[in-house]
Amino acid sequence: MSGFLLNRLSQSIVLLVIVSIIGFTVLNLMPGGPLAQFGLDPGMTQKDVERLAAQLGLNRPLWLQYLDWASRLIRGDWGHSFRDGSAVLSVIGRHLLATLLLMGTSTVLAIAAGTWIGIRGATHRYSLFDYCATVGAMVALSVPTFWFGLIGIYIFTLKLGWVPAGNMYTIGDGSVLDYLHHLILPSLVLSLVHVAIWSRYMRTATLDALSQDFVKTARAKGVSERRILLKHVVGNALLPMITLAGMQLPSVLTGALVTETVFTWPGMGRLFLDSLGYSDYPMVMGLLIFSAILVVLGNLIADIVIATVDPRIRLG
Amino acid sequence: MTTIVVHAAPTRWWHSRAVARFMRHHLALVGIAMITLLVLACAIGPYALPYDSLQIDLRARFAPPLSGHHYFGTDPLGRDLAARLLEAGRVSLLVGFSAMLLSTLIGTLVGVTAGYRGGWVGAALMRVVDGFLSYPSIFLVLALAAMLRPSPVMITVIIAVTSWMETARIVEAEVRSLREREFVQAARMVGLSRRHIMFREVLPNAMGPIIVAASLAVARAILLEAYISFLGYGIQPPLPSWGNMLNGAQQYLASAPWLAIIPGAAITIAVTSFNFIGDGLRDALDVRNDHI
Repeated sequence: MSGFLLNRLSQSIVLLVIVSIIGFTVLNLMPGGPLAQFGLDPGMTQKDVERLAAQLGLNRPLWLQYLDWASRLIRGDWGHSFRDGSAVLSVIGRHLLATLLLMGTSTVLAIAAGTWIGIRGATHRYSLFDYCATVGAMVALSVPTFWFGLIGIYIFTLKLGWVPAGNMYTIGDGSVLDYLHHLILPSLVLSLVHVAIWSRYMRTATLDALSQDFVKTARAKGVSERRILLKHVVGNALLPMITLAGMQLPSVLTGALVTETVFTWPGMGRLFLDSLGYSDYPMVMGLLIFSAILVVLGNLIADIVIATVDPRIRLG
Repeated sequence: MTTIVVHAAPTRWWHSRAVARFMRHHLALVGIAMITLLVLACAIGPYALPYDSLQIDLRARFAPPLSGHHYFGTDPLGRDLAARLLEAGRVSLLVGFSAMLLSTLIGTLVGVTAGYRGGWVGAALMRVVDGFLSYPSIFLVLALAAMLRPSPVMITVIIAVTSWMETARIVEAEVRSLREREFVQAARMVGLSRRHIMFREVLPNAMGPIIVAASLAVARAILLEAYISFLGYGIQPPLPSWGNMLNGAQQYLASAPWLAIIPGAAITIAVTSFNFIGDGLRDALDVRNDHI
């Protein structure tokens, strides 16, 4: 196990280094660099921009800037927001929980619905249900998340009045029930795409497991179909879903950004868009790197979890 | 003496088994039909409609669909939504299609190089692919779009630069497995150059997965354009795109829901069609289904 862990850990570190180089390069290749926005500001002279560049060390060679930036990244000094001077990392920290809450809820919903649809599709292969699920999944993968959100608000807020149109809680309330009330629609919206992915995956995995020898053996022993499904098939099909959950992280984060915008949800995605609006370079840079680190760590955790559960992974 | 006449088997591509399989895939045919209709409508439609997409009519603001000759109603400036929708379709489809071409080109180049060269070059290239894949695409696209001048060409390039990795992965895996096959070894023995083997011998055999990935990449690119234009960093007005038509729609959701419903439906129809086609191609070209 420790060998596996060490191997996987070093892979992640290499990946993080590459991720940071990509992020740094991309944002520094911009014409004008990090201070491009000030070039358009009538209140700033060329001299001001140069002074700022010298202050921030932007006149040094790029690789030196990278090393300096990376070492400060590791030490937790992610710079300060151009907007109000607060530390980038602590601002991200304040918005992280809202995003994780949204992502977590929608992932639980997506896995629950996807597992059920997928298994039913596999056990009732080529039935009307299976056909609708297949077509439905492909349509769900094609619906823009923000549009689904708008339709959701139109129906459930404006027409039926069941749920609020946005925000995370009502000011002055803030009970758990109030949070849940605000959470339900955005997490349903965010989960749609992933229900499609999970159900497709689960259908394939269940079909795969159903054709295995141990299922035949169980059938031959006279084990009931229901028990076979619950004990032998689902267990085997569910395991790789942990890896898949890790792989889905970038797409969940992308969906979360869009969902947060539509529902004015105070998470990382909205923070990112607000920062873009203010040309808050350190904040944009920080969030960009943070989102990638989140993905790398998520995948690492998924791999460690599955290795502890499934000995075949760490030994094979 | 008898003369044996050998008729060459018809080998035209439309007689191939792949085409026959594709024609049996109903959803793919639906996709082709919908895309054809959409492209025709966007190409011809603007000439057939009585209104121009930029023609402002403040007396006809917020006209609901089917009022007079405004079949889809009008927007907050009284511009005809149908005309704008079709005009936007040209932009969105063109951006989606061009971004697919560019990203497929980049992905194929990287994938073939990494897969054929292998060794540390291949490993390094694939780590870069992993690195790019670690970024949630919208974060990267938005950051780039916000800092570069957002012209349609630039948006296309940005989308392509952030979505070539899937193709690269697929091509790399395919090429790596083809590399050790006899025909490649034979080509090497004959003394063909590495570039010739990579692009003339190996690449044509990897076309199936590339075509499937490309059809799905169009769907992805259209969605991505819609996302960033919706958020205000994509195609800029007055040039309409399906995404930026939705940009202000949320604030009029109660009074003019058609502003949100219609462009979103257009995006969904286009993207669904390309996904259907991709699914049909995957079955027809018998590409293993390990990418869900």
